[in-house]
Order: sequence, then structure tokens, then C-alpha cells
Amino acid sequence: MSPTEYLRVSDLHAFYGESHILHGIDFTVRRGECVTLLGRNGAGRTTTLRAIMGLTGKRTGSIMLNGREAINLPPHRITQLGVGYCPEERGIYAGLSTEENLLLPPVVGSGGMSVDEIYAMFPNLWERRHSQGTKLSGGEQQMLALARILRTGARLLLLDEISEGLAPVIVQKLADVIRELKQRDYTVLLVEQNFRFAAPLADRMLVVEHGQIVAEIAQHELRQRKDMLQELLGV
Amino acid sequence: MTEIFGVPLQALMGQLVLGLVNGSFYAVLSLGLAVIFGMLNIINFTHGALYMMGAMFTWMLLEYTGVGYWWSLLLAPVGVGLIGILIERVLLRHVYKLDHLYGLLLTFGLALMIEGLFRHLYGAAGQPYAVPSQLTGALDLGFMFLPKYRAWVIVASLAVCLFTWYMIEKTRLGAYLRAATENAKLTQALGINVPLMVLLTYGFSVGLAGLAGVLAAPTTQVGPLMGSNLLIVVFAVVVIGGMGSILGSVVTGLGLGLVEGLTKVFYAEAASTVVFIAMAIVLMFRPAGLFGREK
Repeated sequence: MSPTEYLRVSDLHAFYGESHILHGIDFTVRRGECVTLLGRNGAGRTTTLRAIMGLTGKRTGSIMLNGREAINLPPHRITQLGVGYCPEERGIYAGLSTEENLLLPPVVGSGGMSVDEIYAMFPNLWERRHSQGTKLSGGEQQMLALARILRTGARLLLLDEISEGLAPVIVQKLADVIRELKQRDYTVLLVEQNFRFAAPLADRMLVVEHGQIVAEIAQHELRQRKDMLQELLGV
Repeated sequence: MTEIFGVPLQALMGQLVLGLVNGSFYAVLSLGLAVIFGMLNIINFTHGALYMMGAMFTWMLLEYTGVGYWWSLLLAPVGVGLIGILIERVLLRHVYKLDHLYGLLLTFGLALMIEGLFRHLYGAAGQPYAVPSQLTGALDLGFMFLPKYRAWVIVASLAVCLFTWYMIEKTRLGAYLRAATENAKLTQALGINVPLMVLLTYGFSVGLAGLAGVLAAPTTQVGPLMGSNLLIVVFAVVVIGGMGSILGSVVTGLGLGLVEGLTKVFYAEAASTVVFIAMAIVLMFRPAGLFGREK
């Protein structure tokens, strides 16, 4: 394994009950890189993130995280290897205040952002820190779901559809945040439907179809291969 | 002598205090049941047997080793909690993903086995356990005599409930517990060792049942059946309060104890059924219970 490689997924198969969802996913993400998984609904992008986190049913293959094999670890041990997960449904807890939501994930490594830094980045969360988590607006909940994994010192962020269903001004804000995270040398794996959101952020794009990676496009190839992408994504 | 509706005040207050004592046991037991149900998704029918075990341990500690009440207050709940941890590890772990019914049957069968074991060893009849010397006698409140031990049971139970509420609602550990209750998988994916939390939650909650058993030992005959007699009422409390609601368990537990006490004064024949009448009425108007959220 090369020293810059942070995540290597090899021949990953994943199941929900009897359904075989992922059919041998292979890709790597280098340290500090931002990679996007694109694809149609049901192609297996979300399942790929969930399988990395150990949240699917049976999994086979290999997931090397920062040099450690994670395929057989339970979810909390995977997180402790320095992973932050932001689920598609955001997963804000109704039984916890905004601040409790923010402080919930245990610290897994050094170098996480301080609570002050996070509140500076997301001033809305500071204003509403005593509100029940689910009373926040959709955009605020998305920021909270993202903010709470920045505190833990996780260096690899798995972000699932963070721009989905949000107003353009908030999507813009999220794009700014991702840019800042890249500057801070976070490694980011995005799952996105919103091509216009993901395209300027991603160093590479991987197209998922039928539970496999069918194409890889680097940032500089984007212009030439746009037609092919549109065909694959049906956009 | 002062009378209220033809009942002497002294008798009325006496029954109210007894009602509060019973209500305190209901509160501590249903609190544990509520926490277990929230976190493990299991209707813990062994709760009564573990409460009985707390009382039996108290009696055994004195009988065989001479260890008195105050040490039992610490040792018996810890012993019961450890047995709970063993039960969770070996048995309950396997039924979380199944329908409630399996957990219910498993814990019910377990309760019968535990009770059977103690019956085999000690017979069905109860053993007496003396009130500790520091708490014998009564306080003269002017309008009534309040037995010190009853006052202690009420105060200790309320303190335990308050402590549990504080731990769950106001601490970091409690936030983990609330999060895991709401969405166990995500909570684990955020880095919290949920299986360990589940284990400790079960241990702590049945430890509370053990503690209630110690508190109950001097107030009743310590025997193998004391748990099953109480448990049915405690389940009614949980249903009335709302499954999984902590505040609901405590308020309902104490409230129903009082209602029972009052019924004893005014219409003693209905005292053992009044709780279930209350349950039927509450369920008609609020199917999720007084403090439960409807899904």
C-alpha cells in the first residue's frame, strides 16, 4: 500500500438479507483527496458507504482503512480508525439538543476541530444550540450532521447526499465548507446525485452502476467526458 | 379527632404513606423496565424475580455471613446487576432482532426458573427481615406518626429515581443512552460502543430492581414469590405511564401507589383492581400511555 492511500476498497460485496447489492466494488481514496461516487438511484452508492461503516448485512472483500483491515470490525471500531459518517437521512436525534447532538460522537483522534471553530463555521448552530435537534430546519440539520463529525478528529469523511433537498444558498454554503475541509487536508468521500454540486469539488469521480464501479473520471477529464457521464447518469 | 368523609385523618394518612411506599417500589421497578424496553427492546419479565433476588440476597447475607442491612444495600444490587449482565451476555443478546414476543417468553421462562430455584432451596414461605435499628420507631408529625422506615423507603426511592433521571437526561453517558435508544445503528457508527452500553444498561436497571428488593425486605416477608405478586402491577404502571418514558414511570408509579392507598381507605374491596381499572381507562383515551409518544 502506498503511504498516501487512506482507503482501499477491494472486491467489496454487500448484502441486505438475501439481496446482493454490491458486486465487487474496487477503488482507492488518497489522503487529502475528495472523491465522489456518482450514479443513479439504487446503483449502490449509499450501500457502499454503509458497507464501509459496517452497517449492511453480510460483507465480503477487503476494506483497508489507514492501513488496517476493517471488513470484520463492528461499526464503532471502524469509526475509531478515524472515520466520520454523515448518513443520507442525516440522523439527527430528537431526544438530544443541538449541542448534545454535536457533542455526541466520541473523539477518535487528535486534530479535530474545536467546538468554537465549529460554531464559527456554522453560526446558526450556536444560536440554536439549546433547541431540540429535530426542530432545526433541514439545512441546519444537515450542517449539524456534518459538524458533529468534524469535532472527532476523524480524517476520512463519508458524506451521503449532503446537498439533497436543500435551498441553493445552503448548498453553496456546504460547497464552501467542503472546500475548507480540503484545505485542512481532510479526505472526503462524497455520494452525490447533484452533479453540479459535486463536479467542482471532486478530484475524481467514480460512477457506480449495478453495484460496481463502471467508470473513473479525473477532474481534468471532466470536460471531454461529459457526454459519457450524462449517458451513464441519465441526467 | 379530625375526620375526612368519615375516615379518621390518622388512618387516611397511614394508608397514604403505605401507598407512597408501594408507589416507590412501583416507580423504581417500572423505571428499570422502561429503560430496558427503550434500549434493548425487551419486555423484561425477569424484573420481578430479580427484585426478589435482591431481597433474598439481603436475607442470605444476614443469615449466612452476618452482613447487615446497610452493606446489603450496596452488595445485593451489585450482585443482582452482575447476574443481569450474565443474563444479557448469555441469553438476551440473541433475541434483540426478533419480535418482542421472544424476549418476553425468554425472560418469563427465566423468571419462573429463578423463582423455582429459590422455592426449591427455601420453600415458598417467606422469611422475616428486621428493620435496621437506626430506622425503627416513628416520627411524630403532629397529625400522624410516620414510621421511620417507611419514610426512608420513600426518600431513598425518590433519590434513586432522581439520580437515574439526572444520569440519563443531563450527562454525556445519558446522551449516549438516549441516542442509542433512538437509533442504535447510527449511534454505533458515530463511534459509541452500543453493545457495551446495552450490557451496562441492563445491569444497572436490574440492579435497581435488586435495590428495590433490599428496601422491601424489612417491609414484607422475604420469599420467592414476592416478585411475581408485584410485577403484574408494575407492568400496569409501565403501560399507564407510557412504554419507555422515564418521567412517566416515576410519576405514574407514585400516583398509582397513592390511588391504591386511597382505595383501601374508602373501598378496600377494589384496592387490588383499581390499578387495572385505571389502566383500562387510560388506554381508552391515550393508547400510548400518559407520558408516551404515539408512533
